[in-house]
Amino acid sequence: MTEFDVVVVGGGPAGSMAAWYAAKGGARTIILEKDRDIGYPVRCGEAVSDAGLRQFVEPEPNWIAATISKIRMVSPNGTVIDTAGQALGYVLHRRIFDYDIANKAAQAGAQILTKAYVTGLRFDDGRVTGVEYDYLGEKRTLSAKIVIGADGVESRVGRWAGLRTALKLRDTESCVQFSVANVDVDPERIDFYVGHTYAPGGYLWVFPKGNGKANIGLGVVGTEAKHYKAIDLLNRFMAKEFPNASTLTMICGGVPVAKTVKKYTADGIMLTGDAARMVNPMTGGGIISGMHGGKLAGMTAAEAVEAGDYTEKFFDRYVKRWNKAGGDDHARLYRIADAVDSLSDSDLDDIAAKLTKVPQEKRSLLKIFSTAAKKRPGILIDVAKAFAGF
Amino acid sequence: MIHIKENKCDFCGTCVAVCPVDAIEMAEADLKIIHETCIDCDICVWVCPIDVLESRVNPEEEEVASD
Ligand SMILES: Cc1cc2nc3c(=O)[nH]c(=O)nc-3n(C[C@H](O)[C@H](O)[C@H](O)COP(=O)(O)OP(=O)(O)OC[C@H]3O[C@@H](n4cnc5c(N)ncnc54)[C@H](O)[C@@H]3O)c2cc1C
Ligand code: SF4
Ligand code: SF4
Repeated sequence: MTEFDVVVVGGGPAGSMAAWYAAKGGARTIILEKDRDIGYPVRCGEAVSDAGLRQFVEPEPNWIAATISKIRMVSPNGTVIDTAGQALGYVLHRRIFDYDIANKAAQAGAQILTKAYVTGLRFDDGRVTGVEYDYLGEKRTLSAKIVIGADGVESRVGRWAGLRTALKLRDTESCVQFSVANVDVDPERIDFYVGHTYAPGGYLWVFPKGNGKANIGLGVVGTEAKHYKAIDLLNRFMAKEFPNASTLTMICGGVPVAKTVKKYTADGIMLTGDAARMVNPMTGGGIISGMHGGKLAGMTAAEAVEAGDYTEKFFDRYVKRWNKAGGDDHARLYRIADAVDSLSDSDLDDIAAKLTKVPQEKRSLLKIFSTAAKKRPGILIDVAKAFAGF
Repeated sequence: MIHIKENKCDFCGTCVAVCPVDAIEMAEADLKIIHETCIDCDICVWVCPIDVLESRVNPEEEEVASD
């Protein structure tokens, strides 16, 4: 049986960041990824903010499908609110991006194995001490001082260690996305369609990808998904708005719009990224927060290996770091998202109508929401902030 | 009893995420319901974005349908 200091389950942005920082800190590290590829399939709208990305890496030109400078919100009755100059962000090619982040982990000394499907944990005296996995049909085991579960929204690694990560329906967005060609969209603008009509309890997005291509998708909150299937709503929208589009890729996906899970560490194990529900619960953006969580988990793992202490108590510093970096914010955004959910379609149309009366040059996201949305000004400022930061 | 419609699943894991009792296994391109663990709460059926899962009340019905 091979032995590692750190085994990372999952090679998404969170797993690669964790492996990168664990390896960088001197820990013998390996990533096990169930799929044949790192970075594929892409279950993501691929939008990130420039400021978010720059916390970790200098954006590389070949990651970028489109540079974003404008945001459009469309209300249920079709009222359009445009803002410019508020957002700088990108729509990525995640296939390339994820590859490159994994490559950074590899260059720092981490090993990566694809087609490695983790099926269980190994325990010694209640402490996690490794994983069991299938590699091309062969059963294998790895022992590890620390297992980092970065296994995405579908995470089971934490559950095996007794961590309660099951998502509530109200905290889950049930999504479908088409990556399409031959659509006439502004190459620098991301569009959000809000309200029950487009996407009950979620929103619909149109993110440009250059050359007449775009990611167009929507999420329906789990509690509504029994009655409204994401695929039906998206097909209806496409037929109406983009009847000539060609579909290059179609994917499903789930987004945890939850607070970070209550407990995401135990002896010998830490969870990170979507697996720990570290997603912005307002926007569903999880690339940047996953990278942040992953980095902190990887750093903490390297320190634990150096200290020879793999206890839950030692991992407290990971919890503290994440709370400061994103966890506390997410708890606040979660409360706001809840309040926004209570706005009806006609509330949203009302607010949108008021906003169109604000002169364009004053339509900074913050300003329009604060001046026009008399109903719940505080709430909407926060909504705008969340979207401007994606 | 949860039934998986053939050739439809995209292996996105949304159903896995909400299952309260960890009764769904998902490999790269393989989805399985662990029927001994499943409590037939049906929330996986509701949350699937493309309607892959189906709840069949009667096991006999299941047999007939899979014939
Ligand atoms: C439709 C949709 C649109 C989205 N749009 C955006 C967006 O525009 N911007 C944004 O910031 N975020 C977006 N998100 C969220 C974002 O995609 C995720 O938050 C992000 O990918 C999380 O990164 P991660 O590394 O935690 O998990 P993932 O990227 O999901 O990586 C987890 C990895 O673990 C692997 N894995 C799982 N189980 C096992 C196992 N047992 N053994 C081995 N490997 C395993 C998986 O194959 C996967 O590669 C979107 C999500 C969806 C579904
Ligand atoms: S939610 Fe639907 S498409 Fe996704 S893995 Fe489950 S059954 Fe398959
Ligand atoms: S019916 Fe409920 S318990 Fe059974 S697999 Fe679906 S979510 Fe899990």
